[in-house]
Amino acid sequence: MAIDKETVRRIAFLSRLRVEDDKIEAVENEFNKILNWVEQLKEVDTESVEPLISVNENHLILRKDEVTEGNQAEAVLANAPMKEYGYFAVPKVVE
Amino acid sequence: MTGMIIEGKTAKWEIVCGLEIHCQIISKSKMFSGASTHYGSDANENVSFIDAGMPGMLPTLNEQCVRQAIKTGLGLNAKINKYSEFARKNYFYADLPQGYQISQFKYPIVGEGFVKIDLEDGSSKNIGIERLHIEQDAGKSIHDISPTKSFIDLNRAGVGLMEIVTKPDFRSPEEAGAFLRELRSIVRYLGTCDGNMDEGSMRCDVNVSVRKVGEEGFRTRNEMKNVNSVKFVMQAIESEARRHVETYENGGTIEQETRQFDPATGKTKVMRKKEFAHDYRYFPEPDLLPLVLDDAMIEEIKAEMVELPDAKKARFVHDLGLTPYDASVLCESRETAEWFEKAAYGHDAKKVANWMMGDFFAMLNEKKITLEESPISPENLGKLVDLITSNVINGKTAKDVFEIMAETGDSPDKIVEERGLKQVTDTAAIEAVIDEVIAANPDNVAAYRGGKVALMGWFVGQVMKASKGKANPGMVNELLKKKLS
Repeated sequence: MAIDKETVRRIAFLSRLRVEDDKIEAVENEFNKILNWVEQLKEVDTESVEPLISVNENHLILRKDEVTEGNQAEAVLANAPMKEYGYFAVPKVVE
Repeated sequence: MTGMIIEGKTAKWEIVCGLEIHCQIISKSKMFSGASTHYGSDANENVSFIDAGMPGMLPTLNEQCVRQAIKTGLGLNAKINKYSEFARKNYFYADLPQGYQISQFKYPIVGEGFVKIDLEDGSSKNIGIERLHIEQDAGKSIHDISPTKSFIDLNRAGVGLMEIVTKPDFRSPEEAGAFLRELRSIVRYLGTCDGNMDEGSMRCDVNVSVRKVGEEGFRTRNEMKNVNSVKFVMQAIESEARRHVETYENGGTIEQETRQFDPATGKTKVMRKKEFAHDYRYFPEPDLLPLVLDDAMIEEIKAEMVELPDAKKARFVHDLGLTPYDASVLCESRETAEWFEKAAYGHDAKKVANWMMGDFFAMLNEKKITLEESPISPENLGKLVDLITSNVINGKTAKDVFEIMAETGDSPDKIVEERGLKQVTDTAAIEAVIDEVIAANPDNVAAYRGGKVALMGWFVGQVMKASKGKANPGMVNELLKKKLS
């Protein structure tokens, strides 16, 4: 599998990253290097090996349904570049 | 056959429709954080650093959300998957601070099931459930405060959701409407979601395509997002299906796209074309281990299950002799069904049902109050029916007694006793009144005897009036006939 320039542009768009036109080729090469490495891994025979979801063999621990956090709007908004009336403010989003 | 057939110019077409319903889970705290799920708090007050997508924060799964999903799964007659996994659904939107939604993809917590729906013509049908998975809700964007900015409130971000996906089993808008009402009843009975579509705690995406009658397979479908009432869902299905038929018959093709239903026009319009469609790039959630359920927990939840609307309906029909229609009206909400049961058991259930769906609901509407606020207790409505069936009061007096009950909250026995409303069933007493009426109206008596039998109604009215409405109308009729002949 190889990545072309169009795919690089699409991935950049989906990730909301700006990649200038003169950088596309470099990124394309980087992607392909990674993919080649993954291709190499495929050479290992994993026929009888279950997929590994996590190196932690435990299962998920559940939390009790209790309210333990909140009432900290100021702290939550502290790093927001724009805020108004207790809301995060962002450039107008209209679909 | 309850399917809707659209008669085209060249062929007959049938509708193929499936639904995806998001149900907000009832729990105190959010699915992956300890922030409150309370609705209506000040902006961003119920937000933890996990909900706000702060770096380094780790989610922990709320046990209650898991239990609620299992309970709902059982209510959908569905397979509970003892092994499930969380996945990240990636997309950018201002009210999704993490840049991804924690959801389930390959391994949902609940698998296939079905819901039985009852249709107006008396038939019923099973609608297949494809899956139910759990995920977190996004925050809320507010677009109408400022002309240049959108405001974001994260109080809803992280609240637990169940996404229920049906099989493409709907063949008419009516079936989809019946399903949504049934699903709403089920989650409300179970207490897993409050089911308010207008407040957004239950939201519906609608998938529609059409095919010629007899045609195999499916044609391209279109999705309509967030249709927010049962009525709009039904309208959206019909108008979208008609648009497909028209397009095909005019030689066009349907492209896969996301559309939006506009309640003002009753039509759908394009929202997002396929080339701009989301590519969610799901991958396993690295911050959460697989969810493995033990049998003990599932058994515990099975033991907590309440009687569901469908079983209740069947019992009302078989044990209490209600019609399926009356039973389904009374079972739509658990509160109504339980109120009815209290009023009906030990009394004439059919009559109680008629009173409840007639005068009683009308009284609640008029007073703009809820069932719990009713001045009339279920026991007292049962007693009122008893007074009628045992001939203590007649139907007309019963209406008056009901009005007084609605005003004072008194028991019907007390009202009848205190106000002397007991029906007169003493033959001699009624005869005496009849004799008076006959003596006072010799002309009409002569006319009746001369063949104007329609005057009987007038005589009954006179006698009832003279007895202040307390005479038994059946007896009045009978005795009058005897005396006048």
